[in-house]
Amino acid sequence: MRKVLILAKRELSAYFYSPMAYVIAALFLLMVGVIFLWGVRVPFLKIELEPVFRSGAESTLRPLFDVLAYGLAVVVPLLTMRLVAEEFRSGTIETLMTAPVTDAAVILGKFLGAFVMYLFLLVATGIFFTLVVVFGKPDWGVAGMGYLGMVLLGGAYISVGLFASTLTRHQLVAGLIGIAILAFFTSGLYLVVLTVPAEYAQSVAKLNMITYFADFSRGVFDTRGLVFFLTVTAFFLFISVKVLESRRWR
Amino acid sequence: MIDVKHLTKYYGRTLAVDDISFHIDAGSVVGFLGPNGAGKSTTLRILTCFMPATSGSATIAGYDVFKQSLQIRGMVGYMPENVPLYPEMRVREYLMFRAALRGMKSKQRSLAVDRAAEKCWLVKPEDMMRRRIDQLSRGYRQRVGLADCLLHDPKVLVLDEPTIGLDPAQVREMRNLIRSLGEEHTVILSSHILAEVEQLCGKLIIISGGKIVAQGTPDELRRQVSGPSRVIVELRGGQAEQMAKAVADVDGVRDVQHSRAGNWTRLTVQGAEDADLRQDVADLVAAKGYHLRELRREIGSLEDFFVQMTYEQITRD
Repeated sequence: MRKVLILAKRELSAYFYSPMAYVIAALFLLMVGVIFLWGVRVPFLKIELEPVFRSGAESTLRPLFDVLAYGLAVVVPLLTMRLVAEEFRSGTIETLMTAPVTDAAVILGKFLGAFVMYLFLLVATGIFFTLVVVFGKPDWGVAGMGYLGMVLLGGAYISVGLFASTLTRHQLVAGLIGIAILAFFTSGLYLVVLTVPAEYAQSVAKLNMITYFADFSRGVFDTRGLVFFLTVTAFFLFISVKVLESRRWR
Repeated sequence: MIDVKHLTKYYGRTLAVDDISFHIDAGSVVGFLGPNGAGKSTTLRILTCFMPATSGSATIAGYDVFKQSLQIRGMVGYMPENVPLYPEMRVREYLMFRAALRGMKSKQRSLAVDRAAEKCWLVKPEDMMRRRIDQLSRGYRQRVGLADCLLHDPKVLVLDEPTIGLDPAQVREMRNLIRSLGEEHTVILSSHILAEVEQLCGKLIIISGGKIVAQGTPDELRRQVSGPSRVIVELRGGQAEQMAKAVADVDGVRDVQHSRAGNWTRLTVQGAEDADLRQDVADLVAAKGYHLRELRREIGSLEDFFVQMTYEQITRD
């Protein structure tokens, strides 16, 4: 466990040594800020979102979180694509895996490093929430559940992105694979539900991360959602470890 | 210390290491020698638990490389070829991170880093330990890699091509360093440069095409090279066949072959092992009144041997 923390710490500091973290953080906060203050309007996709921060609106970040759930499907893989792929590209995987650490510790350490980075991003959205608090009377329950949902969703996204990063030595490919998997689990499943026979449609719909997240963002605590996100996270971490191990047999 | 038996490794369908076996005693410096792509790195990677072999077994200090990998990794220091490091970290930070990964407590860690840095001459210039790794020269990167291997005072040091990419002065430094490390650690290093390994190592293992083609001390190998001693004589003053026959009658001569060298006749005289036939041949020549132009004993160089061994292997495949 101590080694997991050591690895996580290195991973986290690596984010701050490279411009990547700052670029992604800036992009993320810009996205949040735009949604918050101006809303989003994309007519040909029929997306129309009023600014979150306007007089007469409910004092909550909920609409923001609902959009972010999709936005993060792109941002998180950019954050995680480096994790394992870069070790393979630079060859440091060799020194790492010949040190006395298990494959599981490596994966967990990297997950934790990225997760803390993600929490930083989430904490930064507190600026906007502060504005909501100052100018309105927020429902603290909804806000708390919203943030809990974001944390759980982020964990699941990061584990998917980490998994994608174990598959290849090219960061960009890892990023694209991660985005593709997440796009499938968020938006793609809507299409699948429409095309599969009716008897499967319900089960397929249950795989959609967004539906579980929507409960949280509405302020409802649902253990199904909790279990779902934790299971997804654990599952992708598990197969990441397996992929890393499989390197030995290839 | 290290026992390898019938180790074989396939990458997919490509055979990289083909049934090799060897033994290395504690406290020796052993060189793996072979042309590029001979299977040196693969063997070292198996020994350091980076990848498993397809079949065969390997143990270090009684621990099995496949089953007790964590124990082995705890007592082996491995510097991979090209010394991969995290470019964004600073030297000291990197070494502290590696020491922590090796499970050292923070006080001990700091001591270990200082000790390793001093051994690898990383303390001069003074700000070296604070520099970013991506700003270091090749030689310094190599030293950081080596310092990393020494942090936990490993019983076995495995260095893959430790001098590749260094300039001549750095090569000499690295050699001295390895030599001094050989006093306390068992060192395995790989190289494709014979001269280097010959100077450094008490034992050589020559690999080619995934097979061990020869192993032993440099002296043993040199003896294998020359085999039975040979004397080359160039003379004239008689019929070639006659002269060859006369020389063949000398005591201790096993075989004589003759060929023409301009107006002279060249005889290649094979003697018994270790025999030096020059004196006997010279006496005979004097007694018969032949003219003598050249008389020398031929000892094959290790270089010839190495090239011949590895070349044979390649042409056979």
